[in-house]
Amino acid sequence: MLTKEKQATALPKQATSISGAEAVILALLEEKVDTVFGYPGGAIMPVYDALFDYTDRLNHVLVRHEQGGIHAGQGYARASGKVGVVFATSGPGATNLVTGLADAQIDSTPLVCISGQVYAHLLGTDAFQEIDILNITTPVTKWNYQVANAEEIPDVLAKAFYIAKSGRPGPVLIDITKNAQLQQFEFSGYQPCQHIRSYRPKPVVRQEYILQAAELINQAQKPFILWGQGVMLGAAEKEFRAFVEKSGIPAAWTIMGAGALPSRHPQNVGMLGMHGNYGPNVLTNECDVLIAIGMRFDDRVTGRLDKYARQARIIHLDIDPTEIGKNVPVTVPVWGDCKETLPLLTELVEPRQHTAWLQQFRRYNEQEIEAVIQEELFPTSEEMTMGEVVQQLNELTGGDAIVVSDVGQHQMVACRYASLNHTRSNITSGGLGTMGFALPAAIGAKYGAPERTVVAVIGDGGFQMTLQELGTIMQSGADVKLLILNNRFLGMVRQWQELFHERRYSFVDIASPDFVKVADGYGISGKSVSKREELRGALQQMLSHQGSYLLEVMVTKENNVFPMVPQGCSVSEIRLS
Amino acid sequence: MRNENHTQKEEFNITVYTENHIGLLTRIAIIFSRRKINVESLNTSPSEVEGIHRFSIVMTETAETVRKIAGQIEKQVGVLKVYFNTNQDVVWQEMALYKVPTDVIAERAVVERLLRENGARAVVIRKDYTVFETTGHREETDNLLRVLEPYGLIEFVRSARIAIIKDSEGFHRKLQEFEQSEPHDEVVENEYLSSREKVFTM
Ligand SMILES: Cc1ncc(C[n+]2csc(CCOP(=O)(O)OP(=O)(O)O)c2C)c(N)n1
Repeated sequence: MLTKEKQATALPKQATSISGAEAVILALLEEKVDTVFGYPGGAIMPVYDALFDYTDRLNHVLVRHEQGGIHAGQGYARASGKVGVVFATSGPGATNLVTGLADAQIDSTPLVCISGQVYAHLLGTDAFQEIDILNITTPVTKWNYQVANAEEIPDVLAKAFYIAKSGRPGPVLIDITKNAQLQQFEFSGYQPCQHIRSYRPKPVVRQEYILQAAELINQAQKPFILWGQGVMLGAAEKEFRAFVEKSGIPAAWTIMGAGALPSRHPQNVGMLGMHGNYGPNVLTNECDVLIAIGMRFDDRVTGRLDKYARQARIIHLDIDPTEIGKNVPVTVPVWGDCKETLPLLTELVEPRQHTAWLQQFRRYNEQEIEAVIQEELFPTSEEMTMGEVVQQLNELTGGDAIVVSDVGQHQMVACRYASLNHTRSNITSGGLGTMGFALPAAIGAKYGAPERTVVAVIGDGGFQMTLQELGTIMQSGADVKLLILNNRFLGMVRQWQELFHERRYSFVDIASPDFVKVADGYGISGKSVSKREELRGALQQMLSHQGSYLLEVMVTKENNVFPMVPQGCSVSEIRLS
Repeated sequence: MRNENHTQKEEFNITVYTENHIGLLTRIAIIFSRRKINVESLNTSPSEVEGIHRFSIVMTETAETVRKIAGQIEKQVGVLKVYFNTNQDVVWQEMALYKVPTDVIAERAVVERLLRENGARAVVIRKDYTVFETTGHREETDNLLRVLEPYGLIEFVRSARIAIIKDSEGFHRKLQEFEQSEPHDEVVENEYLSSREKVFTM
């Protein structure tokens, strides 16, 4: 830990001469940033040097790889609703951010990444660790900018925070040349940004569309709500619930939307999409009015577009106008922040109860329980299933934990079965499907929501992609529970090979080290269980352990996640086996 | 949008007003390249408003695709406004330069006549070659090209298209709206939605 003692440093009130690097730190403090994830290097050293004087007010978590740093920033942002901040050096440090930027871009996660860059006079000369990170990251950032003059730093960072968090959030990268970090300039205070003339975060709400939407909803016989992460990004959980409850309409979620309405809410009819629930998928092609809220009709949700909800009139509420009508033709476009539009709509919809229609979802659910869920959650087979682990976890946490999942079968199982009482409790890589996301994201989530239990559910494959972040846990003391569901396969790929490639298991058989020993090497307690009798006790032990803990559960090797909408099929062709 | 025939491709002129920021050209170019859409021509220049840049982009696509692309462009930070128009809605010009051996021109009076018929003018006349210029629609600049080819055309170049929207008051007023710190109620964010019938149908 820190060896240096330092008085709390006050922000300069009057114009004083400071370095660009110090201006970076002051900007972060003004933006109320409490934690930064990062990794130092030559081109970002001045910023790290400035940070050294502010460690009493700004917590820095030293990760083991910049990819870990940015995923931690994402986990932090997703758990807290604040902007995640990441530092990286130039060249390889910056390129290691790319996967995380892409992930944050597609999942609309607010991030400000600050990368160091070589001296301005070396730009374009293939200098040591010089890379054109601006052009590399253009397709995966909401905005990026290179600073070569310290005087620009306060305004550029103010802009960066404003762009990252406003409207449809997203990642921003600010690249700062080394000379700009070192340069002294007259700093006359920090002004948060509130307006950029060439950036309009929210479209103006149009009452006419609200009226049309309400009219359609009031006439509907079988209306159906699909919601996504937009509800949470707009902090509109309360407004959403009010709308759902007054309108009496069944509501289903995308994996990015999970948790915005508690799992047990009587109108929550389950998950949409490729591995979603049976009822919501089938009935998408039966509803008469589809109300999409803060979701983007991703192909994992819609399956074949030409056979998707053709019978329905579609109302789409979204803050990003370019999402409306992008994939699915829309009848009524409701532009705007759903925190503003939902109350307007709720006001106009008639209170109803769609009992018979809800009953149809329940009937499909019973079929799904019988065909899939019962055996997955309460297996009669000898070997353990991923579903029963999640089920036991639910019982022990009471649905109060933050569940961070990696990518693969265990992700689909975790998202399907985790019971979530609170919003911002499901953190997963939805749009990019980045293996290796969960371990670092869980670390970030713990910093974003320190009072909550954070459980990372990870496959044996994905865990080995960012396993080095155990070192971050060791050093920072972040209390995260690592639950590894080990099926000794790259399970999801194996499932596809089984179903669509005649069981030709090409390179999906993955060997793993002794995870418990590896954790032990990092000073992290752990256990591995392979018998059902040990499961509950081990989960209990993990949850009650003071500090981080790794629990490996050996599960059935060749289990499949069902239901499933096979690639290229319509959602109503969803298979139960 | 349903029930509409959007499969017909036609030529569209996209006009983009932007800040004069480094990197914006790349951001705009990526929007085309990631969808595998070919840009037929692209011109960037200052606009009537100081500090504001104007892009003119020509592409052949369906109205539906153009609408989506325009939205994606307008979404970029640094882009103030995007308009898209069919050829009927704009006044447009392209400029072309033709280099021909001077002796041929001198010897054959017929060439001079052809140039006059094609509204061309000489920009440079040297002993060895002469450069002609003509401005107009594609057919016009193509015409002269065809005419000059048999006379030993050495070099030919045509500029990107520039276009002025017939029904536009310029950008000064619009910019004032954008500059207000609170967006004004009457600011219509994306004007193509004003003609809702054309875009969304019940
Ligand atoms: C970085 C990355 N590489 C490859 C993939 C493709 N992929 C998706 S799921 C999967 C298998 C995951 O295996 P594992 O982590 O063991 O989880 P399981 O499916 O067995 O639960 C793979 C390889 C990916 N999503 N991300």
